[in-house]
Amino acid sequence: MDGGTSAFMMVAAMLVLLMTPGLAFFYGGLSRRKNVGNTMCMVMVVIGIVAVTWTAVGWSLAYGGDGDNPVFGGFDQLMLFGNVEALLIEAEAPGEALYPSLVDVAFQMAFCMITCAIITGGVAGRMKFGAVCAFLTVWAVVVYPPLAHMVWGGEGSLIGDQIGALDFAGGDVVHISSGLTALVLCILCGRRKGFGIMGYRPHNVPFVALGAALLWFGWFGFNAGSAFAPDGVAALALVNTVCASGAAVISWMAVERILVKKPTLVGGCTGLVAGLVVITPAAGFVEPWAAVVMGLAVSPVCYAAISHAKRAFGYDDALDAFGCHCVGGVLGGVLTGIFCVPELSWTEAGGLIYTGDFSLLGSQILGIVVTIVFVGVLDLVLGLILKACFKGSLRVSDEAEALGLDVSEHGESAYPAYVGLD
Amino acid sequence: MKRVTAIIRPERMEAVKDALFNNGVHGMTVSQVNGCGNQHGWKEYYRGTEVLLNMVPKVKIEVVVHEEQADAVVDVMIASARTGEVGDGKIFVSPVDEVIRIRTGERGDGAI
Repeated sequence: MDGGTSAFMMVAAMLVLLMTPGLAFFYGGLSRRKNVGNTMCMVMVVIGIVAVTWTAVGWSLAYGGDGDNPVFGGFDQLMLFGNVEALLIEAEAPGEALYPSLVDVAFQMAFCMITCAIITGGVAGRMKFGAVCAFLTVWAVVVYPPLAHMVWGGEGSLIGDQIGALDFAGGDVVHISSGLTALVLCILCGRRKGFGIMGYRPHNVPFVALGAALLWFGWFGFNAGSAFAPDGVAALALVNTVCASGAAVISWMAVERILVKKPTLVGGCTGLVAGLVVITPAAGFVEPWAAVVMGLAVSPVCYAAISHAKRAFGYDDALDAFGCHCVGGVLGGVLTGIFCVPELSWTEAGGLIYTGDFSLLGSQILGIVVTIVFVGVLDLVLGLILKACFKGSLRVSDEAEALGLDVSEHGESAYPAYVGLD
Repeated sequence: MKRVTAIIRPERMEAVKDALFNNGVHGMTVSQVNGCGNQHGWKEYYRGTEVLLNMVPKVKIEVVVHEEQADAVVDVMIASARTGEVGDGKIFVSPVDEVIRIRTGERGDGAI
């Protein structure tokens, strides 16, 4: 065991854990005043749900077993039971890790948390709180761990090995899966009242900036930590993360300047997050110049998805979890197939521009398709079962929606203070 | 006694307040209000989605003055609040039946 590596991975795990409450502020600021408490609460409750489900089942399903199954881990480490001795010593996987497996349990748990938390952005402002909790509890057991195993399960795993798709820190596992799930749920819930007629404005723009700042900071642990060692690849991932997110801030504001005349803070923060998403699958595979190109490219694509596709298809992805995370994740996965430096690749295939070979790009696209089919089908099944369990509707009553979910779902006003009244 | 209520641009509030103080008005009530009129609001864009804001923020200043002061106060308000653009606001003048100073119970003109 190596103290430096262990310390690095523990700090990385803590940084990723910080992203979830950071996302609560990002989403909270974007939501309406009467729904801010509910919006933040949906994110915070994920911390509770995933801490329990991951310890009980998730870790074992994702990374347990003997690694022979291409789709999921095993049932041998449920509750991390009888396993403490093994977990305290050096990990066997991934690679020649020099830290206790227990650190990896926490690191991967944090990934599952932020993934579940991103989903809630699609359904803000109308979904029953109980239905959100029920869905995410099942999702964190049935969908996330098998997907993590398929992508990161090492030799024999379906997407990572058999298809040969690269996903450095979670483009498929975290962003495409969460964004797509948000889309499915927001369609099952239906649109908010007055969608497309009434203007929904972010109620607290500084909260959005605060949340973006915390996400940005945490993301360095997310991407650099995914090197699983404090080495050159981790440093590359860190630099690429800055380059891509910074470039995406500029390109988002440039798009706004051209199309609606004025660059905005909400836009800049959205670009920052889109840039982080796009570099996630590529962080340890591409050169910094390519990270800049990816960051510049992602904002116009996500902007088009959020401002045009959403209107054209009429789905109410309230806080743009799909438009930002799924769309950005798909773009990042595809661009990884183009810009991946062959020497850094986990497989024998390198990026299109270095090798002139389309095989990695093909693997990337196939990996994305398999992710979308797997997650999409399971989401639909889970969502429809849940809808039946909740008397045919996942959303609160019209009166409750008008009153605001802070009061209707929690009996708690986010901003109760009128001067002199408390 | 008259109540003069002015609904003005928020950015003219300081100027109107100072002008009133300099012209013998020593008390006023100020509130933040929203309304619509000929100004028709404006557009904002959030993530490329257009949001129409047709309730425009304004500041409401209410002062109660002696009968003979009212015209002068109105003139002061006009001079200090006007920009000449649509959206400068309105002034309403109405009679007040009674004024009571809560601390002393004093009534009428002396309580102003």
